[in-house]
Amino acid sequence: MTHRFEPRMTRRSLLALGAGAAAAPLLGACGGGVSTSGADAGKGGVTLMSNQFSPVEEKQRFEKILKDRVTGEKVAFNQVETGIFAATLQTQVDAGKVQVSVVGALHGDLAQHAARLIDLDDVLGGLTDRGFAPELTALAKLGGSTTKYIPWMQASYVLAVNKKALEWLPSGADVQKLTYDQLLAWTTAGRQANGNKPIFGIPAGVKGLYHRFFQGFLLPSFTGGQITTFRSPEAVTAWTYMKQLWAQTARASTTYDNLQEPLQRGEVLIGFDHVARLVGAPADKPDDWLMVPAPSGPKGLGYMLVLAGLGIPEGAPELDKAKDVIKQLTTPQVQLDVLRQNAFFPVTNAQVPTDLPGAVALAEGAVRAQREAPHAILSLPPVGLGARDGEVGQIFKNCFKEICLDGKPVRQVLDAQAGELNKIMDELTIPCWQPDPAGANCRAA
Amino acid sequence: MPARVRRRGRPSAALLLILPSIVFMAALFVWPLVSGIAQAFSGPDGPTTAYVRRMADDPYFWDATRNTALLIVVLIPLQFALAVVMALLMRERPRLAGLHFYIWVVPLAISDLAAGLVWLSIFTDRGYLNSVLDQLGLGTYSWLSFEHPGTMFLAVVIAELWRATSLVFVIVVAGLQGVPRDYDEAAEVFGATYWQRVRHVILPQLRPSLQVALILRTILALEAFAVAQALTGRNFPLLVGETYQWYYTLQNPNVATAIALVVLTLSIVAAVGYLRLMRRHPEAR
Repeated sequence: MTHRFEPRMTRRSLLALGAGAAAAPLLGACGGGVSTSGADAGKGGVTLMSNQFSPVEEKQRFEKILKDRVTGEKVAFNQVETGIFAATLQTQVDAGKVQVSVVGALHGDLAQHAARLIDLDDVLGGLTDRGFAPELTALAKLGGSTTKYIPWMQASYVLAVNKKALEWLPSGADVQKLTYDQLLAWTTAGRQANGNKPIFGIPAGVKGLYHRFFQGFLLPSFTGGQITTFRSPEAVTAWTYMKQLWAQTARASTTYDNLQEPLQRGEVLIGFDHVARLVGAPADKPDDWLMVPAPSGPKGLGYMLVLAGLGIPEGAPELDKAKDVIKQLTTPQVQLDVLRQNAFFPVTNAQVPTDLPGAVALAEGAVRAQREAPHAILSLPPVGLGARDGEVGQIFKNCFKEICLDGKPVRQVLDAQAGELNKIMDELTIPCWQPDPAGANCRAA
Repeated sequence: MPARVRRRGRPSAALLLILPSIVFMAALFVWPLVSGIAQAFSGPDGPTTAYVRRMADDPYFWDATRNTALLIVVLIPLQFALAVVMALLMRERPRLAGLHFYIWVVPLAISDLAAGLVWLSIFTDRGYLNSVLDQLGLGTYSWLSFEHPGTMFLAVVIAELWRATSLVFVIVVAGLQGVPRDYDEAAEVFGATYWQRVRHVILPQLRPSLQVALILRTILALEAFAVAQALTGRNFPLLVGETYQWYYTLQNPNVATAIALVVLTLSIVAAVGYLRLMRRHPEAR
């Protein structure tokens, strides 16, 4: 009898064992100690949460940099989307259960959490040899008197140009010092010569950063401002120009989340985007490509500085290790690794080497030329908008949709969208950021 | 005495029995509804219609409303026609009926986002459709470009048709199995044509199934968004896609809730409308 039962029992117990084994991790995940911050550094490790490096290749390259260059601590890099970044930081600090030791994000993302970040004057004081530019450490105070984050890396947006397009460059135009009018003439001539197929593209897809083109480049170049001049007569000129430029722009731009892929495929020959979203294009054949500063308009060369910083949340675990990780991430070696691999530029005086990969060297040159242009107008991504950043960005995108795609009258669209913009700005009552004059409440005049 | 206790006990027993569903409905429907209305209509300074106005002023909102309505009006009749035809074909018990049934029901098991991505690989600029057209020497076409709203809409309709018709099909097949063959055979004996039998014998008996399917499909069509999102991004906005956009990307839950309430209102109006429409019908007959 027993002999006969044995195999059955075994099978049943095996099944139970299997089911138990399958359920264990599930149940484990339901138990206490759930980490809402994703990647776990383990005991004594440092969790670095960031909304940067969202493309998976960039994330993996940065994880490798952390593994190779940061000594003494194990750092878990936890890449999350901006909304989750803000929500996690807010809930963990407000609930007093902080699991993240270091947060890394853009200036504007950190600005909304200034009260949740500890002062880092001591860390900055120990990093005098890094040579941070004073304008960066001033921004890192987030409008207060103490340092709230340590500058981490910077970037900007430039034009990538396939050299094939140079033959249509209007005579007298210097591709390194374009004006918006020359860009329009160039894209028009290129389109005509290219069998009526546009050669210029912008990242106007769902995840594209085209609103930054309006906020930080087009509008400052034409109006000298971003918010205060939103519906000025100069803004009407800028958007009228944009309408003309759009007529010469690849229609598929509304599906481009980045420009490097369409540039690489040859769908367009000139593209504007964030450098990190452009470097893939010249990666294989850097000699066929140029990267050039954004064009300049009547008021100057408006360009947007993208600055990322590292902060420590109030009540963070492993405080000393967290500070040490921040220090190590500002060493010249790490700064240059990040430049080489992920095309974010040093914020320190790290000497840029001459053996950079071709594409990164191109981007570095363009970003530097843009910053050092005599008539440059520095603008920042919006500061202090907090959760409303997306909505304000959407207002610029709405202007594009209604003016360029739907063909509505510029003045009417700007007035309507200025109304929406001011509703948000009036609720927030925050001071303006560059290039708008600091001081009184920021709103469209 | 015992009788009195029992009589007094009876209503409370009934109450006890329905209590779980009352608690369930209150916790999962009434409470979210009340807090949803509160979220859409109250701001930091008390009651406000600012969020509703913000919603109505948004250039995407009316496009989304129009697209959602258009999708329902075009999609649902097509789906019902197809599903009824497919079910009638199955009723003739063709060879390999089980296999046909299985293949027709496959889309039911696929998530709507996945379905959207499958169709994206077909309709995208360098997708399968354009590859085939190019090989045939017909030239390519930007099916999903915002400049071609017609083909963009067509692509969404085809993808949704493929994805969601099987749901109606399954309900109609189930309903058809409950229709006794006697009526049909009797009608045949009296010389009714196939069309007459479908029109006057089968379809009327299918009414309850069709009603369920209609309500379900309309509500699900109001909720459709992943397919359109995958195919066209925000070029073909739909109401539920806008709630997602407002909640997630624009981080404004109040406006998102306002749009969600519009979807809820439309769902309720549609459901009540169908129930009334279908109820009046038998009397008219």
